[in-house]
Amino acid sequence: MIHSPLESAILFHIGIVPISRTVVTTWGLMAVLTLASWTVTRNFRVDAGGWQAMIESVVVGIEEQIAALLNRDAAPFLPLLGTLFIFLAAANLCGIVPGVKAPTASVETPAALAAIVFLSVHFYGLRIQGLGGYLKGYLKPNPIMLPFNILSELTRTFSLAMRLFGNIMSGDLMGAIVLAIAGLLVPIPFMAFGILVGLVQAYIFSILATVFIGGGIGAIKK
Amino acid sequence: MTIQMLSIIGAVVAVAVGSISPALAEGRAVVAAMEGIARQPESADSLSRTLFVGLAMIETMAIYCLLVALMLLFANPFAR
Repeated sequence: MIHSPLESAILFHIGIVPISRTVVTTWGLMAVLTLASWTVTRNFRVDAGGWQAMIESVVVGIEEQIAALLNRDAAPFLPLLGTLFIFLAAANLCGIVPGVKAPTASVETPAALAAIVFLSVHFYGLRIQGLGGYLKGYLKPNPIMLPFNILSELTRTFSLAMRLFGNIMSGDLMGAIVLAIAGLLVPIPFMAFGILVGLVQAYIFSILATVFIGGGIGAIKK
Repeated sequence: MTIQMLSIIGAVVAVAVGSISPALAEGRAVVAAMEGIARQPESADSLSRTLFVGLAMIETMAIYCLLVALMLLFANPFAR
């Protein structure tokens, strides 16, 4: 019997709060990403060296994607969406490291990230359009569509979380099953496919978050 | 037939039947995008971005089937 992918292992307790393996992995990832960003960005120069050029091309690439989708300046959205993409790419790929389970392969992490996207849609919508303009967006294209617009806010958040969770978790599960059937060298193509799926899912999650925020600020027609 | 056997059959049917139509739909979407890119290579950027988002939407259906299968196998409320 394989371990259920729907529940995560509890490592230890702080007071009455159980700390699961997912949370510890996420803390580790946050520490690594923060430390790496701080170390790399500490001594930036005008004439970019190798590392700096790589980081700059990543940031500029994300910025251009956001600007192309939203048809406006990407600067207010870059901190959230860029962090989301980099964290997701790191989280999806860290399942490759032996002994580490990808945090996105358990349902809590994608649910929390989708909740962040859900709240930020309203935050940016209210900040950029104002209360009246933002609420008017729910009456488009027709006031009859109001219940469906509200329903779609909830269902798309749910499907955003479930899409990421399902893809990453199914990759992990397939790897485990193949490992149990044929151990030597056979899981390698599945792991290679897992790298591709992890990067594509990080991209899709960020693009969908951008599209939802674009709908919230009225830059993209729903 | 016990509840366990029924759950396993249900999980198999959910994944097997539920992945047919998303597979066909994704194939159609990719074909359309390929034709579009072949006709207008300069629109490849926006086409592939839209294609990715659309594929993710279609794929969600198959993922839901997988989740139903997993719930039948691991979190079945009737098999306690």
